[in-house]
Amino acid sequence: MKIFINGNEEHTESPTLADLIASRGLDAGPLVVELNQQIIKQEQWQATSLNEEDRLELLSFVGGG
Amino acid sequence: MQDDVLILGGKTFSNRLLTGTGKFGAHAQIPQMLAASGSQMITVALRRVDITEQSENILEYIPKDVTLLPNTSGARTAEQAVRIARIAREAGCGTFIKIEVITDMKYLMPDNWETLRATEILAKEGFQVLPYVLPDLTLAKRLEDAGAAAVMPLGAPIGTNRGLETKPLLAMLIENCTVPVVVDAGIGKPSQAAAAMEMGADAVLVNTAIATAQDPEAMGRAFDLAVKAGRAAYLAEMADESTLARASSPLTGFLDE
Repeated sequence: MKIFINGNEEHTESPTLADLIASRGLDAGPLVVELNQQIIKQEQWQATSLNEEDRLELLSFVGGG
Repeated sequence: MQDDVLILGGKTFSNRLLTGTGKFGAHAQIPQMLAASGSQMITVALRRVDITEQSENILEYIPKDVTLLPNTSGARTAEQAVRIARIAREAGCGTFIKIEVITDMKYLMPDNWETLRATEILAKEGFQVLPYVLPDLTLAKRLEDAGAAAVMPLGAPIGTNRGLETKPLLAMLIENCTVPVVVDAGIGKPSQAAAAMEMGADAVLVNTAIATAQDPEAMGRAFDLAVKAGRAAYLAEMADESTLARASSPLTGFLDE
């Protein structure tokens, strides 16, 4: 299915958010996830299914003043 | 001096130097700097991750007893700032938020109007809002009315290290604000931080000058000393200035007199 990750169109067969993050080899620790402008806490990733046209923001804290 | 604490958003701080996590050569320098400076509050930013590479978790470098102050850098509107603030809170970074709304990419001047709008919204949602602004007294009073926990006027543009170029305007805020005034941005030297504190600023926020010093740990210590010296001088109430000389030794009662 087609989804958007950080504004870029991507294709995935991952049924859940947890699966997508694992399949991309991303370190879950520092990750903050917004799905269609809703923040999804890490404990909900497994129960969050992905759908066509979903818009994901994968964010993390970085240095800043 | 023992009881001279800073109360910010209902929280008590014994140290008046706020620091930032930007521009350090290595994340490992951050905890060293925090230990050396005694800083109890530090800013972080939120960004999209590069999904093609692994990145370090900066939060792991910040001791738990240091209060996080996420900023809304990257926001160009009040709505974007509000969104970032909500994400930061959901991500477990607490309820302190530095509002930073910038549309001018040349001088990085804060957009005071959007910042006020964001402050109004977030204060109602229970955030401790620290807005980064141009030192404008009328705006500062409006921010207070909106429920800001402090105002953070700039001394000079971000990262310029030029010091207190806005000094007379800062003085107006310091004299008239009921919430703490934290001088943020532009402070390049410990002497400039001391000068801000001598004026009666409640705190200063320093990032670039510490992070990009050859030795950030030692510079953190230097800024801590300067902030303490400036604060002590302010509390001691400085003597007035005079155009003419005023002898500090007796000029009579000696030899021929």
